[in-house]
Amino acid sequence: MPHSVSPKKSPSQNDDEAMPDAPAEGNGVKLEDMFEDDDDEEFPASSARDVKMESSPAPVPQPAPTSASSGVDSDVMLAFYQRLFPFRYLFQWLNHGIVPTRDFGNREFALTLQNDAYLRYQSYPTADLFRNDILKMNPSRFEIGPVYSTNPRDRKTLRGGQMKPVSKEMVFDIDMTDYDDIRTCCSGANICGKCWSFVTMAIKVIDAALREDFGFEHILWVYSGRRGAHAWVCDPRARNMPDDRRRAIAGYLEVVKGGASSGKKVNLKRPLHPHISRSLDILKNHFGQTTLVDQDTFASSEQADKLLQLLPDKSLNDALRRKWGSSPDRPSTNKWADIDALAKTGKSSTLNTSTLRDAKQDIVLEYTYPRLDAEVSKKMIHLLKSPFVIHPGTGRVCVPIDPKKVEDFDPLSVPTVLNLLAEIDAYDAKHPAGSGEVEMPDVEGSAVNGSDIKGARKLQDYEKTSLKPYIDFFRSFIANLLKEERVVKREREETTGPSVKPDPMEF
Amino acid sequence: MIRQDINRIDPKRRATIDHKKRQFATPTYKQQDYPHRLNLYDTPPTAEITLEQFEQWAIDRLRILAEIEACSYRNKTPAETASHITPLLQKYLPLSSNTSSPNGAADQRLKNERQKDHYSHFILRLAFSATEDLRRRFARAETMLFRYRFQQDDSRERRAFIDGLNLDWEAVSDEERAEVAENLLSSTPGLRRLDEETWYKVDWEKVPELVERRAVFVKRGKAYVPGREQLAMIMAEFTARLERALELTSRALPRLDEDDRLTPILNHLSKNFGSADSVFSESEGHVDGAAITASSIDQLSQHFPLCMRSLHINLRKNNHLKHFGRLQYTLFLKGIGLSLEECILFWRQSFKGKTDDEFNSQYKYNIRHAYGDVGGDARRGRGYPPYSCQKILGDNNVGIGQTHGCPYRHYSVDNLVGLLQSTGVHDKGILREVRDDVGKQRYHIACNRVFEWSHKNEIKKVKDDGTWSQADLDTIVHPNVYFKRSYLLKQLAKPPGRD
Repeated sequence: MPHSVSPKKSPSQNDDEAMPDAPAEGNGVKLEDMFEDDDDEEFPASSARDVKMESSPAPVPQPAPTSASSGVDSDVMLAFYQRLFPFRYLFQWLNHGIVPTRDFGNREFALTLQNDAYLRYQSYPTADLFRNDILKMNPSRFEIGPVYSTNPRDRKTLRGGQMKPVSKEMVFDIDMTDYDDIRTCCSGANICGKCWSFVTMAIKVIDAALREDFGFEHILWVYSGRRGAHAWVCDPRARNMPDDRRRAIAGYLEVVKGGASSGKKVNLKRPLHPHISRSLDILKNHFGQTTLVDQDTFASSEQADKLLQLLPDKSLNDALRRKWGSSPDRPSTNKWADIDALAKTGKSSTLNTSTLRDAKQDIVLEYTYPRLDAEVSKKMIHLLKSPFVIHPGTGRVCVPIDPKKVEDFDPLSVPTVLNLLAEIDAYDAKHPAGSGEVEMPDVEGSAVNGSDIKGARKLQDYEKTSLKPYIDFFRSFIANLLKEERVVKREREETTGPSVKPDPMEF
Repeated sequence: MIRQDINRIDPKRRATIDHKKRQFATPTYKQQDYPHRLNLYDTPPTAEITLEQFEQWAIDRLRILAEIEACSYRNKTPAETASHITPLLQKYLPLSSNTSSPNGAADQRLKNERQKDHYSHFILRLAFSATEDLRRRFARAETMLFRYRFQQDDSRERRAFIDGLNLDWEAVSDEERAEVAENLLSSTPGLRRLDEETWYKVDWEKVPELVERRAVFVKRGKAYVPGREQLAMIMAEFTARLERALELTSRALPRLDEDDRLTPILNHLSKNFGSADSVFSESEGHVDGAAITASSIDQLSQHFPLCMRSLHINLRKNNHLKHFGRLQYTLFLKGIGLSLEECILFWRQSFKGKTDDEFNSQYKYNIRHAYGDVGGDARRGRGYPPYSCQKILGDNNVGIGQTHGCPYRHYSVDNLVGLLQSTGVHDKGILREVRDDVGKQRYHIACNRVFEWSHKNEIKKVKDDGTWSQADLDTIVHPNVYFKRSYLLKQLAKPPGRD
């Protein structure tokens, strides 16, 4: 087997503390065992206990294929984690530095195992322990939650309400299913290049608002693996916001409101708020291309009827209805132009031009403005799928999207895990000289403590694949974040003394 | 407990012995002079009061807060609330302005009023800091009280009060104002001319309320707030400080160094902060004698309030409901007495398009969770309470394609009327009145109006023969109460002997 599992753990540099672990009540764990300092002994046992604690049926991942369509089985997943997943960078991203802190140690991870069992409240003191556990559990995907006031694994030893979420990136979730009533090309889980442009617009609008209005700079956009995108706002100011501030931003960004039966979904006051007028400027052209041409949204008579319901003037609507009724195949672009054309003829005496203009603006927004799953953004405790995991349905990697090149991003050309593994094999076949070392699985995490010795350095597996540009982008994102973080940390240290070392009280 | 003897050395000298209490030992703190009518309650009281005052003042304030909360549950407008509590405030917790007395703030009557206000606030803080729920409700009610008083204040005193607060607000210079003039105009509703306002630049986090409504211009993390929005900023400040203080109080509470004179009073107070629908007891919605099973839901749905009726209709139409719809409906069904087993059966039968596997893996857990059968360490065995109208109305985020929420609030008026007609409400007059209510955002009234109309004969009957008192026919503020009342009324109307 090319991607074999190595049960041997790599030597790790930061394991001088024991794995803090919640003792499950009454399972007879000796105190000495829990305070055991020897990590190599301690670690496997603690994870096995956690599984029991969550009452999930099978601690050992079943080697059953998860999804026939994407061809991703548990062996492929394991090879992916072993050879490609950027544990070290993920650690640095969440830890905001190289030396492990609570930012990482108290962070909740939630693992979905191959048998669909769901393990919440996992946490890891170091990047290596994180990597080891993921390799051992081999989850089909995992999610990232908030940093808690204490170690999430200790929650059962605490009185109720003692464990509080203290910080998390502000997140946004855009999902194509919310667009089902306005896209005609696909529905549900499917996606094509045409409807991806809805996500492109959403990224542009949200990104602009977060940067220009709220002054956030470290916004990581991530492809969700199938039909959507996530945003992680990583600025310290965003991470520390309590829920009501998150709700405020979510409300600020929310324009399309209402459920299936609430009629007109965009009702804006005039004059338009600067955020709206900016968004409208961004979206206008997209409306012309995506809604009117690519989707041809108003082609069907039901959709055209829906459009008419959004227009304010009765007699204009009647005129339009007659016109469209006589030529049912009229494309959306022409129908949209008809509105102004008929309005100009002055057939309707009651028509107010500014009301019509406003209604048309509302319509443009209703059909193009980002539809966010606001609940995800409002609560700190919400979990969101980690970047770089595999979407089990498509096999694609959840790669970061560069907001500066968002137009060029094509979800259908994002590498799948099978592609990537094949690329490694192809590379190794071409460069047999270095291939002797590649079998060692310690590419990530334990690789020479972050310092890349040029020339002598062995090529990491991801660098042989088309995943490289995405990981490089992620690295530069982290580098920028850490630069700011160092300033903040220094301030923190000046006031509270050195706090980098995990507090012994913590345990 | 073990260390109690240390504190018991000499109660009179305690303040000078304990270093933590030394800050209060200076006599300057003892008698606060209250220069302003309003108070942000930053300094705790230190003077002595009698035990009777302690209890009486707290009860008086509690009465006010309970009324305020009740008003908000009944969805009263600020104006209605104000007219409701003004006489009560006058009676239980008067607070006069400096101008009401010739001596101004030096008047002893004003001092007494302000002292009572100050002390009662801090007593209730002790009583309501114990649980998260109490803290949240207390902070909400106190904020509403503060807002009411702030608005009543005359403008000169208000200005003096604000100036005394030392808030971190940066005034916007004229050049900068000119630079962003257009943006300021378009983001501030109701503003015509720029120069009639003073503008302040604050961190946007200080005015989340304005940001959420998009009623303020935000640029690179700073919000440009017009002077007249000071209310919002002061409110945010008030709430933030109070929440932080309550949090601290709750942590200090277990260490309250107290003989057992105050604790019983405090416990008693917090228990009495009850209100119409904050807690819906498990059995309240159950109806005796009604066989409530998965198969009887269709039949019973005629007694459901519109929010649940529409969920039921949607469920039958699509053989599916989205997550929040399922949650709202499941909790309601739990509230009317549908057992967990029957509830799982009900959803299994309703989701016709799903296989058993899909159902078990995707939906069953949530149903069990709602019943408290799984999950939630502290809640085990109870689950969530059924949603009240307050909770359902408060959801201002019914998303695309979702069907939960309150139809009166979350549906467009035309769709609402269509739904009402499809459930048999045809009366033109009623529909017109409902439109009217909804236009004024009086969703409760609309819902109760429909109830009264569709049960008008039964209500008349029970009123006439005196079997139900007016209290039994109070305004409905909970969907499960709607069901129970509807069910009972229709049962009464049936000729005896049948059923």
